[in-house]
Amino acid sequence: MSTPATDIATYNFAYLDEQTKRMIRRAILKGIAIPGYQVPFASREMPMPYGWGTGGVQVTAAIIGPDDVLKVIDQGADDTTNAVSIRAFFQKVADVAVTTETAKATIIQTRHRIPEHPLTGGQTLVYQVPIPEPLRFLEPRETETRKMHALEEYGLMHVKLYEDIARHGRIATTYAYPVKVEGRYVMDPSPTPKFDNPKMHMSPALQLFGAGREKRIYAVPPFTKVVSLDFEDHPFEIQTFDQPCALCGAEQVYLDEVILDDKGGHMFVCSDTDHCETRQACGHRGHLSPDILETAR
Amino acid sequence: MTDEPLLRVTALSKYYGSRIGCEDISFDLWPGEVLAIVGESGSGKTTLLNCLATRLLPTSGTASYRMRDGQWRDLYRMSEAERRFLMRTDWGFVHQNPADGLRMTVSAGANVGERLMAVGDRHYGNIRSTAVDWLSRVEIGEERIDDEPRAFSGGMRQRLQIARNLVTGPRLVFMDEPTGGLDVSVQARLLDLLRGLVTDLGLAAIVVTHDLAVARLLSQRMMVMKNGHVVEAGLTDRVLDDPRAPYTQLLVSSILQV
Amino acid sequence: MATPLIVSEVAKAFTMHLRDGIRLPVVSNVSFSVRAGECAVLGGPSGAGKSSILKMVYGNYGVDQGQIIVDHHGQLVDLATANPRTVLAVRRDTIGYVSQFLRTVPRVSALDVVAEPLVARGVARDEAHARAAELLGRLNLPERLWSLPPATFSGGEQQRVNIARGFITDHPVLLLDEPTASLDATNREVVISLIEEKKLKGVALLGIFHDADVREAVADRIVDVTEFAAGKIAA
Repeated sequence: MSTPATDIATYNFAYLDEQTKRMIRRAILKGIAIPGYQVPFASREMPMPYGWGTGGVQVTAAIIGPDDVLKVIDQGADDTTNAVSIRAFFQKVADVAVTTETAKATIIQTRHRIPEHPLTGGQTLVYQVPIPEPLRFLEPRETETRKMHALEEYGLMHVKLYEDIARHGRIATTYAYPVKVEGRYVMDPSPTPKFDNPKMHMSPALQLFGAGREKRIYAVPPFTKVVSLDFEDHPFEIQTFDQPCALCGAEQVYLDEVILDDKGGHMFVCSDTDHCETRQACGHRGHLSPDILETAR
Repeated sequence: MTDEPLLRVTALSKYYGSRIGCEDISFDLWPGEVLAIVGESGSGKTTLLNCLATRLLPTSGTASYRMRDGQWRDLYRMSEAERRFLMRTDWGFVHQNPADGLRMTVSAGANVGERLMAVGDRHYGNIRSTAVDWLSRVEIGEERIDDEPRAFSGGMRQRLQIARNLVTGPRLVFMDEPTGGLDVSVQARLLDLLRGLVTDLGLAAIVVTHDLAVARLLSQRMMVMKNGHVVEAGLTDRVLDDPRAPYTQLLVSSILQV
Repeated sequence: MATPLIVSEVAKAFTMHLRDGIRLPVVSNVSFSVRAGECAVLGGPSGAGKSSILKMVYGNYGVDQGQIIVDHHGQLVDLATANPRTVLAVRRDTIGYVSQFLRTVPRVSALDVVAEPLVARGVARDEAHARAAELLGRLNLPERLWSLPPATFSGGEQQRVNIARGFITDHPVLLLDEPTASLDATNREVVISLIEEKKLKGVALLGIFHDADVREAVADRIVDVTEFAAGKIAA
């Protein structure tokens, strides 16, 4: 049998072999059946280092089909290294369609953000998770934290929030802010800003979480209660920004600070690049938009 | 005084393979009563304490505890969830080394507040004021509430551990050499504090110690253990002033007179 | 009304296991009783076993043989065989004890030391303090000392704290182990009058007094302990 030289590296669809995908799908199904529960799975070596989204990539590989449209974001951006390389990876090993538009995607793999555009039923959000165990910060023993989850002993999670208030006068945790899922399991939402926590609550989309190095998968099925932990006298609050996006003028979105020069110049722009570009295409303008600056000149 | 004991221990034995940890121990403990278990290292007193506190499962025998609702429960047949709940509400455990009983990397206030949060207290202000109150009861100033126990002296750590245990108003506290490893003057202060708290709160306690002075000051009753067996038991002052078993006589006569 | 305290055929010996198990007999066949309103004094030379008898009655020493019957809330309790919990209850409500030496607790004030037995019986702290203050006043303990822990007090001062602590309750039986040993004449008189008041209230007192004057003044009856010398066969 002759094989064309260009076909030396042939992969199964979406890189993983079918047995592995089945194993991961079983873990995902179990995760969906027990919202917020961390399901152990036999995480595989992927052609990228740990910490680059190996968990999310395996989950995506296990659920993606030829008809899916994939979007990959890193801190909200479609054009950063991690996002670009994972998108290219799936183009290569699964030959799927890709997009940067939230509304057009069927699967969105994300590192540390939930898109601003509301997700809809039928969409799946795949989170890359570095440390899935929310209790680890205070209780390093895995045997003990598993027991605490099993027995619903979550007082310790509030100890962390107590420490925040005692030290900073308010709950200073701004990302990976712990949530309680469907009134049962306390879950680490991955290092998304707490700004995004409310979007998880009763979301019509399926949310899957993959931690490759830690070998855990968990899930929040559509329309599941996701409540951020807090104190009665220090209720949960999301970040607010006192100025709109400098490029598209959007308010009530999560902004990144961008340094402009060496003289302290900076601006706040949407962290979700697709959201920002879509708004600009529709004619929305912020005070630092190129054409506004052009006109001013 | 209630007519019923709080804890009922019957023929409790723990073997490590063929070696005896403790053997055939029976006693009742009443509310508000302090029982000292004395003996040298290896006498089985800590094994017994750990069995009673359900940190170890005995090989045979039973221990029943009268719950707050008056129901008797066999400690070794309770589910782990119930047992752990009991341990952080109605019981306390004071370790010899405070680092074993404290979270060394969170503040003193959070150490005291943890049990409250564990039973569902969700009001920061209330948790904090309760913590201040308890810190003052163990003679730790309010200004230290946000310091980590790592910054505390040995005596302060031990007092913090006691406050952390007592904040939920337990009825039974286990103590494993609570004054071990402390300077004599610090020991005296701690003992005095413990004695006051035990009396004021009407706590029942089981105190393991090798120090007869600790037993004399804290307990009404004591058990002397040797090689896993109780060799003598009775009123603390009776056992110490009129020791009968050869081993107890040896223990009592071994105290250095100052 | 039952006799508050009956000691019947009690025997006691010490076995010294550290000295090859030699047996040191102390007393045997001790029999006497103390009626309400009476002060019985144990008499005899040092070493005759007076203190041992007192300590057996308080449950502080074990009893080898015989019975010590005390009327505890109308129930007759045998202290020779009673369990520790019963002994503690008897001590709280029925038998008081004034020892020779005060076992001081660090950091507890004299007033609290004296008031403690009342507080343990459920009397309100303020009332207990008031009665403690009254007694300490009668015993001429300078008021500036009341709020201090007695550890640093002189022997006489400690003794008065100890006496106040023993006399503050209305136990029906009171044991006195040389309560006047280190007191001056004035305070000895106070103790004598305190004992007289107890008698009038119907308290049964059993004591050891080396001071002949005090013994003379308070004793209704001398129980000769040499009668109970161990080894002596009862006639």
